Amino acid sequence: MMEKTIALAGNPNTGKSTLFNALTGLSQHTGNWAGKTVTMAAGHFEYQGQAYRIIDLPGTYSLYSNSTDEEVARNYIILEQPDVTVVVLDATSLERNLNLALQVMEMTNRVVLCINLIDEAMRLGVRIDVAKLQERLGVPVATISARKKIGIDGLLEKVGQVASGQLIPEPAPIVYSREIEEKIKMLEPHVVRLLGNRFPPRWVALRLLDGDTDLISTLKSPAGAPAAEAGEVMQLGNASCH
Amino acid sequence: MSSPIRLLDAKTGTKLRLTKLEVTGVLRRRLLDLGFVPGNVVEVLQKSPLGDPTAFRVNNTTIALRKEESGLIFAELLEV
Repeated sequence: MMEKTIALAGNPNTGKSTLFNALTGLSQHTGNWAGKTVTMAAGHFEYQGQAYRIIDLPGTYSLYSNSTDEEVARNYIILEQPDVTVVVLDATSLERNLNLALQVMEMTNRVVLCINLIDEAMRLGVRIDVAKLQERLGVPVATISARKKIGIDGLLEKVGQVASGQLIPEPAPIVYSREIEEKIKMLEPHVVRLLGNRFPPRWVALRLLDGDTDLISTLKSPAGAPAAEAGEVMQLGNASCH
Repeated sequence: MSSPIRLLDAKTGTKLRLTKLEVTGVLRRRLLDLGFVPGNVVEVLQKSPLGDPTAFRVNNTTIALRKEESGLIFAELLEV
């Protein structure tokens, strides 16, 4: 049976590594400070007979390539195209965390939002309306406490459904101003001609409008071909954080 | 509603609603990612002993900015 790949994305200090450890039984170092994960760790686990490979991406606030760790995380999602990207969010500061979630939802539809630290949020009186979030965002949402191992099964259920194609999320489209939408429309056919449909054309067009011309050369270069070896992944991540 | 002032000139303890960022390039993107978005509310927490940088609270997070940045961010003072 084919092993499915899961990428864990999220802001720094949202408990990605804690979740990674809970799933894999590994003891990837975790700590209560930001920017701790500077390389990507890979681990394996099985759930309901399905084998998974899971990658712990560096914690970032954004994926717009302000720094090497953001570039590492972004390139992994775009170039490696994992079967599922799980965005780990801090339940106690959802507003800031959703910034990254929306960015990932523009890059791929195979997304599951994992709201961590739900125990902490409850203690603070924060109530998360999962049904409404799912409805508004168009992607599956699970609430967990990675530290207390609450809600992990519910999360894996959703991850499994997306990985197997049983559930195909339809992320709510982010609509920009008319001017930008017109320019996206102009650029999209050129992006498809240049790169084919391997990368989401709308997202590439948006990055070009953002002035990110390096991206095209990354996507066109041989390095843009999927790197299968974990060693290569680690090497990419060998940069210092912000 | 008062007219916008620079975050740099806001007094400790005040809350302001962001109106405009004149920061450009990568740093602009970074500030937006951290929550310095027009419409968002920022609280001035405290200045460091030497006066710079200053700690601000935005989106439930404390972020320190130098004069170079806070001088390019504009906001309206909110009544307390």
